[in-house]
Amino acid sequence: MLAGTVAFMALSVLSFAQPTFPENGVADPRHGYYAFTNATLVKDASTTITNATLVIKDGRIVSAGQALPVPPGAVEVNCKGKYLYPSFIDIYADYGINQPQRPAGAGQFNFQQQPQLESAAKGPYGWNQAIKSDADAFRVFIVDDAKAKPLREAGFGAVLTHIRDGVARGTGAVVSLANEKENLVIIKDRASAHYSFNKGTSGQSYPGSMMGYIALLRQTYLDAQWYKNKPPKEGFNLSLKAWNETQDLPQVFEANDKWNDLRADRIGDEFGVQYIIKGGQNEYQRIKDMKESNATFILPLNFPLAQDVEDPNDAQFVSLSDMKHWEMAPANTAAFEKAGIPFCLTTADLRSVNQFWSSLRKAMEYGLSESKAMEALTKTPAVTLGIYDKVGSLEPGKLANFLITNGPIFNEKTIILQNWVQGMKYTVKEDAASVAGTYALTVNGPAGKEDYTLDVKNASTITMFAKDTVNAKFSFDGKQVKITYAPATKRQRGGAAMPGDSTRRMGGPGGFNRGGGQMEQPLPATATRLNGMDNGTEWNGTGTDSLGNPLTWTATLVKLAEPKMDSAVKKPVPDVGKVIYPFQPFGWNETQQPKQETILIKNATVWTNEKEGVLQNADVLIKNGKIAAVGKNLSDPSARIIDGTGKHVTPGIIDEHSHIAAASINEGAQSVTSEVRITDNLNPDDVNIYRQLSGGVTTSHILHGSANVIGGQTQLIKLRWGANAEDLKFKGSAGFIKFALGENVKRSAFTGGNNRYPDTRMGVEQVLVDAFTRAKDYQREWNEYNAVKEKLVKEKKSTASLVPPRRDLELDALVEILEKKRFITCHSYVQSEINAAMEVANKMGYTVNTFTHILEGYKVADKMLKHGSYASTFSDWWAYKMEVEDAIPYNAAIMQKVGLTVAINSDDAEMARRLNQEAAKIVKYGGVTEEEALKMVTLNPAKMLHVDDKVGSLKPGKDGDVVLWSDHPLSIYAKSLYTIVDGTIYFDRAKDDQMQKEVDAERLRLVRKMNGEKRSGAPTTPAQPSYQLMHTCSEHGHSHGLLVIDADDISND
Amino acid sequence: MRNILLTIAAAVTISASAQETVLPAKPQTGTMYITNAIIHVGNGKVIENGTIKVKDGKIEEVGANIQVPAGATVTDVKGKHVYPGLILPTSTLGLNEIGAVRASQDYRELGDMNPNVRALVAYNTDSKVINTLRSNGILLANVVPQGNFVAGASSVVQLDAWNWEDAAYKTDAGMHVYFPTLMPRPNFGRFGGGGGAGGPQAPQTDPVKEGLDKIEGLKIFMREAKAYNALSTHEESNLKFEAVKGLFNKSQKFYVHANTAKQILAALDFVKEFGFDMVIVGGSESYQVADLLKKHNVSVILQQPHSLPTMADDDVDQPYKNAAALQKAGVLFAISDDDGQTRGRNLPFNAGTAAAYGLSKEDALAAITLNPAKIMGVADKTGSIEPGKDANIVVSDGDILDMRTSNVTDAFIQGRKIDLTDKHKLLNERFEQKYDLKPAKKGF
Repeated sequence: MLAGTVAFMALSVLSFAQPTFPENGVADPRHGYYAFTNATLVKDASTTITNATLVIKDGRIVSAGQALPVPPGAVEVNCKGKYLYPSFIDIYADYGINQPQRPAGAGQFNFQQQPQLESAAKGPYGWNQAIKSDADAFRVFIVDDAKAKPLREAGFGAVLTHIRDGVARGTGAVVSLANEKENLVIIKDRASAHYSFNKGTSGQSYPGSMMGYIALLRQTYLDAQWYKNKPPKEGFNLSLKAWNETQDLPQVFEANDKWNDLRADRIGDEFGVQYIIKGGQNEYQRIKDMKESNATFILPLNFPLAQDVEDPNDAQFVSLSDMKHWEMAPANTAAFEKAGIPFCLTTADLRSVNQFWSSLRKAMEYGLSESKAMEALTKTPAVTLGIYDKVGSLEPGKLANFLITNGPIFNEKTIILQNWVQGMKYTVKEDAASVAGTYALTVNGPAGKEDYTLDVKNASTITMFAKDTVNAKFSFDGKQVKITYAPATKRQRGGAAMPGDSTRRMGGPGGFNRGGGQMEQPLPATATRLNGMDNGTEWNGTGTDSLGNPLTWTATLVKLAEPKMDSAVKKPVPDVGKVIYPFQPFGWNETQQPKQETILIKNATVWTNEKEGVLQNADVLIKNGKIAAVGKNLSDPSARIIDGTGKHVTPGIIDEHSHIAAASINEGAQSVTSEVRITDNLNPDDVNIYRQLSGGVTTSHILHGSANVIGGQTQLIKLRWGANAEDLKFKGSAGFIKFALGENVKRSAFTGGNNRYPDTRMGVEQVLVDAFTRAKDYQREWNEYNAVKEKLVKEKKSTASLVPPRRDLELDALVEILEKKRFITCHSYVQSEINAAMEVANKMGYTVNTFTHILEGYKVADKMLKHGSYASTFSDWWAYKMEVEDAIPYNAAIMQKVGLTVAINSDDAEMARRLNQEAAKIVKYGGVTEEEALKMVTLNPAKMLHVDDKVGSLKPGKDGDVVLWSDHPLSIYAKSLYTIVDGTIYFDRAKDDQMQKEVDAERLRLVRKMNGEKRSGAPTTPAQPSYQLMHTCSEHGHSHGLLVIDADDISND
Repeated sequence: MRNILLTIAAAVTISASAQETVLPAKPQTGTMYITNAIIHVGNGKVIENGTIKVKDGKIEEVGANIQVPAGATVTDVKGKHVYPGLILPTSTLGLNEIGAVRASQDYRELGDMNPNVRALVAYNTDSKVINTLRSNGILLANVVPQGNFVAGASSVVQLDAWNWEDAAYKTDAGMHVYFPTLMPRPNFGRFGGGGGAGGPQAPQTDPVKEGLDKIEGLKIFMREAKAYNALSTHEESNLKFEAVKGLFNKSQKFYVHANTAKQILAALDFVKEFGFDMVIVGGSESYQVADLLKKHNVSVILQQPHSLPTMADDDVDQPYKNAAALQKAGVLFAISDDDGQTRGRNLPFNAGTAAAYGLSKEDALAAITLNPAKIMGVADKTGSIEPGKDANIVVSDGDILDMRTSNVTDAFIQGRKIDLTDKHKLLNERFEQKYDLKPAKKGF
């Protein structure tokens, strides 16, 4: 420190003056004109200049370069041995914003409390309270030095801050972390626009699901576009106006999770917006998809703690995926770097900013490189926000936001000494380490001069000797020096223990010895005490000797210690196992990915579902993902042969009514939500996909729930375990939509008194009539518009003055029904409502494609046949609610005999894996033939889903969706041995046993690793059972075990 | 079945929406024979081409070589399968008519401590659900109260009766306790594993400790009840103490509704300290402590084998395999079916699934006949087709455990041939007539 000058350079305590503000006193204009010389200057992540000079003035960088002269008028600060870096930028901070808090329970839509159906916001806002596009962070931003200080100490100089409230959150502002007036600190007022899948303080019920969030955003994009034409009917809509005004800013979406990242990105793709995505910790689980999003990510560094899994009874309920995630999450940023995806780092989500460095170091230990870390903290955020002209590197014209460190910044031992923000110095830590060296100490006491040599190791360790070593203590805080010393005892000097020595007594005979080093010996009360100041070239001070006499003293630097290089050998990146797809037990890693094969099943009983019926001792050849041949004595030299002797082959089972593999199922906050789409929120991580493969299911129709009359659009999927959401979809399948009637839509199970229309079956019918009446008007409006437009185009006239009608996603879906481009599957039970639904359909000119559940279908089967409906029902469910009082297990058989095409569905993740047995019950109750019964879970659902040209029977050319059963497929003793989708074996019972062993071994490894973490003293968190959220039709009465929580029982938010 | 249906055809035309015309059968008197049967005894044995001799409601003889005197009352079952009446070991049958209709529910009383509550007195013999169970061979049920903690006493009923007093087969035979989960509560907003937003957070309170305290409170109650019941007179009567008297002399079973190893370990205290005859109900994780259960003579009722595995990490078929694991360890266990959508009628198929996953078919049958009879303390009267027991007998065309072959054609409770009509068959008949359909034929 004696040689350095950084520490004692005068600190400006004054701000730069603002011209418009009157001065109370005498003006003191300063320019903060400094030249930092002899530094190692890291201009940006890829450029380092040695022996550099950085000149700043008026809060900005004037020049930066090698060995530049110190300009006249500038104060020189010698930075020999120091490093200069651009200060970091956090573009996901909430600094200086008083974040609104959501009242407990607000905005939930469930069976326990009355929903708030309309916006409670007062003012000229849009219809949905969660769209707060008019909010501006800069209007509410207040400098808060208590919050700024830890950020500055972590190395940050500027942040992007915004109000974290709502689905649309308005604009964010870039502010510096200087402790100055807001006027000077706000670097860019409107720097970004923000969005999320979280309605925040909005108490409005809608959106009540992930699908609803997506639909709300999509509709708002459309509405805002439409609003540009100033539609008189809408009046003044501040929310849409502000939305439009902020579209040119960088658009930031808080998604926080790998699937949500992709959901957000898809919204952006639809409306020509490339979001900057605030991610979570789990993107490494789908890094290819992240790359394909083309987004820049903002990544947090909050890694899960090890769980305390010492008690095996606790460990048992911690899932493999949670433990694996604990192990792999710190490698998330490294995965982004490896994949070449641009990203910024943020302190957001950390429990405290103080954890930033330990978390960053962890990320680096797990493979994040130094240069990428630097880039992610400086250039990338600046470029992403379009403020690289102001911050992000050390170049002339930019803000003087820089760090001074005593070594390369990412070295373990390096300390950030100062963080200069807008040309203002903020000391982070005194450079106590650079005190190290040899000093000549002269003490002037009453007895004359005594000379000592001080060998200072660091700010708290010293060896002091004259002829002999003296017992001394030392401390240095950057300015003040304290030395206390006393002559050492003989033992200390010689190192030989004396008889009666205290160390011996403590340990007893053969007791422990505290090692061979010098003992830390308490100093006697009579020790000599020296106190002084660091004066730059020497230390001067006063003191008291052992007799109480006053002293003065001086210490002069003889030689600075050679700075110690960071000797820590770079640890190898820890082995964190492999990513598995999906990130669930029984997922496969990249080397195990199931592949399409040529498969020949020989000598089996083959249920073709074609006119050939059931073939004995027959073969099935699957090639290129399709059924290639069915018959006797087939051969194919390239095929994998599976012996089917004594076994049965059937087409893959198709579940017409399922709620697996989705992030949300019910958007019940309105009675008509045809705008929401299951496809927007598929969840490929649902282990029930694998479980249902084990029961021979290959295709599932994922339906919206039954919370409202017109629910959401459905998605047909194939159970391609491990695929992403896009690849789960059954390509080329027709669009469907869920309708529902009866008790659920009138909220009969709701204990708080229903306030959502309808409350009776009378009202249900009117909701349908009203929706389709509106849809027809809407259809006509568009038809008229299109006709006029077409005419103008034909006549080569301008269409500029033609204002298109408002696009309404809700009505779009209903028009698709009217145009026979979308088909209905309608949850229904009792004969009155079935007839009413058909009557409305007949009047409005559409058909109810499928009545699902339809447990009283047997009462009106003739009418359903006449209407042209299909029926999808349960085998033997009844008496779980009033409207199934008359449900009978003969229902399916009666409907089938009347001539309807009947399917048996599951609506239940457990029963779905026994659908073959459910079909068998239709033989038991009602006496249909076994072939007809099997069709009820294969060909018949294919027909009603309009995919019977692709699946449902074993016919050459159809998809290779096949099950090999151990026994008669309608028997309770039958198990799927192979479940094949598109010629790919996704379930193999023999392999499943092996995978179970691997799951158990991996669990054991991770439990041991977590226990090791605990024993090593690392913080742990109590074991948290891995609860699973399950979505259902809202039928209740299901119980799926200890760890499953029905989504209906909690907030749908 | 056809014959039965024809005999009640008149009733069908009058009212199909009810079963008011299905009458409980009169007591069986004299001697009756069931011949040409494949007799599944219930204890693991099968008698091919056997005969059962029934006298005054009791089984007198069972075997392959029983002489049937000329002119005797004979039911020739012609090679069909004959089973002991199936027993549904835990059920809210008769206490819960329509799942979502509160007014129709009588199975859950208010409060934590209800040992004095008796399920039997609310059992509705006219429940429409009862006959649908008989149609699948279920002739007895344990009617069990539910609750927050100590829920009350269960009774075993036979399913052909005018009222609950007639139905009672063993009264107040079990005391039911629903154990606290002893598991941290979920963090709402974080599901699905693999690290969505946020990570696991420490729970606010320690539910394990809270739960253990609650269980400790029950032990204190039991100690006081024991002391109280040791005296013959009391200054002040305590109905709750008196309600558990049977636990101490083992005339009453102690049913602990619990699933996890931790819960089961905590429950062992009641065996060790009080010597109760304990039954674990639920038992989804009981396979993990099967040896301890065996060691302490604790039996298990697996509530619903047709369930999903507890953990994503578990064997996808774990619930199907639990029965075989308990069998292997020598634990006495029964299988139940408490599915709210099908109301217990799939009991034999839950057992059939256990047979598909490691149990022998006869062991699977025992899990819904003799084993529950032993567990519920009625094995002296029912559970197997053996001399001296009540003639609770079911006849099926084929294997009763497989829905593909199960078709119950005849059933006897205490030797009384019961009417197998149920609401569903009546509605089926009604609408077969509407559409002029041929009556349903079996598919095999």
